[in-house]
Amino acid sequence: MVKINGKEMDIAGQNLLDYLKEAGYRPERVVVERNLEILAREDLGSITIEEEDTIEVLEFMGGG
Amino acid sequence: MENSVYHFTIDKTLYKDKGEQKMEDKFVLGGKEFNSRFILGSGKYNLKLIEAAVKQGGAEIITLALRRANTQESENILDYIPKGVTLLPNTSGARNAEEAVRIARLSQAMGCGNFVKVEIMRDTKYLFPDNYETVKATEILAKEGFVVLPYMNPDLNVARDLQSAGAAAVMPLAAPIGSNKGLATKEMIQVLIDEIDLPIIVDAGIGKPSQACEAMEMGAAAVMANTAIATAGDVPEMAAAFKLAIEAGRKAYLTGMGRVLARGGSASDPLTGFLR
Amino acid sequence: MNEENQVYFIDSDKLPPEALERKHRLEQDPSFRTNHMEYMDGMQVIESDIKDKVLQAMDAFDYDSYTAMDVERALSHETCSIEDFKALLSPAAAPFLERMARKAEEITKNHFGNTVYIFTPLYIANYCQNYCIYCGFNCYNNIRRKKLTMEEIEHEMQVIAKTGMEEILILTGESRTYSDVTYIGEAVKIARKYFKNIGIEIYPVNVEEYKYLHECGVDYVTVFQETYNTDKYETLHLMGHKRVWPYRFDAQERALMGGMRGAGFSALLGLDDFRKDALATALHVYYINRKYPHAELSLSCPRLRPIVNNDKINPRDVGEKELCQVLCAYRLFLPFAGITVSSRESATFRNGITKICATKVSAGVSTGIGDHEEKYEGKEDADVGDEQFEINDNRSFASMYEDMEKGGLQPVLNDYLYV
Repeated sequence: MVKINGKEMDIAGQNLLDYLKEAGYRPERVVVERNLEILAREDLGSITIEEEDTIEVLEFMGGG
Repeated sequence: MENSVYHFTIDKTLYKDKGEQKMEDKFVLGGKEFNSRFILGSGKYNLKLIEAAVKQGGAEIITLALRRANTQESENILDYIPKGVTLLPNTSGARNAEEAVRIARLSQAMGCGNFVKVEIMRDTKYLFPDNYETVKATEILAKEGFVVLPYMNPDLNVARDLQSAGAAAVMPLAAPIGSNKGLATKEMIQVLIDEIDLPIIVDAGIGKPSQACEAMEMGAAAVMANTAIATAGDVPEMAAAFKLAIEAGRKAYLTGMGRVLARGGSASDPLTGFLR
Repeated sequence: MNEENQVYFIDSDKLPPEALERKHRLEQDPSFRTNHMEYMDGMQVIESDIKDKVLQAMDAFDYDSYTAMDVERALSHETCSIEDFKALLSPAAAPFLERMARKAEEITKNHFGNTVYIFTPLYIANYCQNYCIYCGFNCYNNIRRKKLTMEEIEHEMQVIAKTGMEEILILTGESRTYSDVTYIGEAVKIARKYFKNIGIEIYPVNVEEYKYLHECGVDYVTVFQETYNTDKYETLHLMGHKRVWPYRFDAQERALMGGMRGAGFSALLGLDDFRKDALATALHVYYINRKYPHAELSLSCPRLRPIVNNDKINPRDVGEKELCQVLCAYRLFLPFAGITVSSRESATFRNGITKICATKVSAGVSTGIGDHEEKYEGKEDADVGDEQFEINDNRSFASMYEDMEKGGLQPVLNDYLYV
């Protein structure tokens, strides 16, 4: 199982960038952290999601 | 401590010297020059109003927060912020230095500059910043090259520590966040303005343009406001009102303010009668 | 060499011809003198930008550009900015002296209450390597030189301590050879036995030496810059290590780096343009305070008295009114700083100024070497060293204490624990 933004998903083996696009994220507007490591945006396409990964996909929102 | 930075911030002193010519009044922060001294918060209101608020408020810096991305909405706040505006992501949600550092690094990875407003809270009732953790996070982030703007409870010793830690400015709170209570910590903020060689940006609790104006008259380098604008009947119009108030306060400060007549008479015996 | 200085040059017929020739050459030929801005061997250089900031501000200070309006504005402000302070030092502030004094009194009371500190200086040696043309101790002056032995120092201290005095300021002439750091350190160790608070006013030294002296028991270090105008300084301090202006300027900072609790500052007002020197002195304190906020800082205000009945009164002369204006401005700008008023001033002046802004006075003062018993108890002793300058207010400790109380002030002899 893989945890994405807190949700368990069965997506190990998928390309990370492909997954993000499929799920409806806008890759140019997010920053991705895998197992507490920040991923560079240009690397997203060459990363394969692995079993037990914990992934956070983050974006900016309004805040003070 | 002994190697702490004691550079003159030009904006605090240049106008005061009679011997020098008046220079343009720029707000310098993290090596960037700004014409506006109004930092606009973007929380608690519709994304569609942001552009109008930025434009009418003349803001050149806007704060943002980081959250888990949403796949249901295709709109992103970055789509609504006019080009040229400096983004100031905050670390809200952080309860200690470690978490703040993590959030700051994630925000930086978004590729929108290296400014960060450190805010660390472990109090959900008043949302007061944790000064101790804030100093720790500031030190780490400044070393990593961030332009760090720490949100803090106004305390002179902490402000000095933040300065030594490499902060680019200090952001004392005027009153609890979102309280719209105005300059409840006025005396303490004045001490920071008088004693700290960094821009003092009054943050949190400013509820009305008149309060922002007063902070600027006191010598604050800038004012940050969010709730007061977000909760106004007309968000862009209120942003415009803040712009005017901040400019008025700045102008008044720069002119040196007039004299205030003291009340009451003075004692009759001269103190200086003994001089020959 | 300008005219007013001529009065300082006194030749002694006891000087060997070579020395006399050297002295004259130093006075007349600037190229014969060393570069006063260059550190000598062994002088520690520390990282500090305070000098530059002070010199820049002093240079830019045009006091004639201030008006009564600027002074009014300065007086109405709750905190006195640098610009306000400049207005208060300007000639435009002269008519506001009484109002400045009232405000200064209020601020002094807020910070110090009714207290006034009393201390006494003790000169333990008057040997000096410097040729400073205005000073009685200068190396070409034919005076009786003396350096007290440890036994004599202890005896002097006993005489002083018997009066009830708890704070002492130990002074030497500026001779590293005759009064080396260890000699001063030993004197301090003796002082520790008799006094609760010890200051030193000696030649500037390096951080490690200040650290050693602090460990011996010194609480605070006073160094007078004399004048902050480096060009003027050069024409007054012709020879010796005191000639090096920047090393002297950084002395207080080195002392604080060495762990001293406090530092004292001063210009000798009247040596140069007193308004500029007063600005520089206060800014020196101001920037040190910002960099070392824990340090206890104080100002002194010696002045060269204007010559009485001189029909060509120099507009830069520091009369009592000017001195009072400077002190009130110091108080408004630096509410926390101690202000010490020298016994060169009259008893009337010292009584009055302590009610306004001064916080510390000396009593039972002798600037001679080893003559406390003679002065305090009337015992004659021929073996004493000559005095540095004549004092005006020669009140004893007891009568100073009494007068301060009579003036409504509470004399304090010491107020803290050595740490």
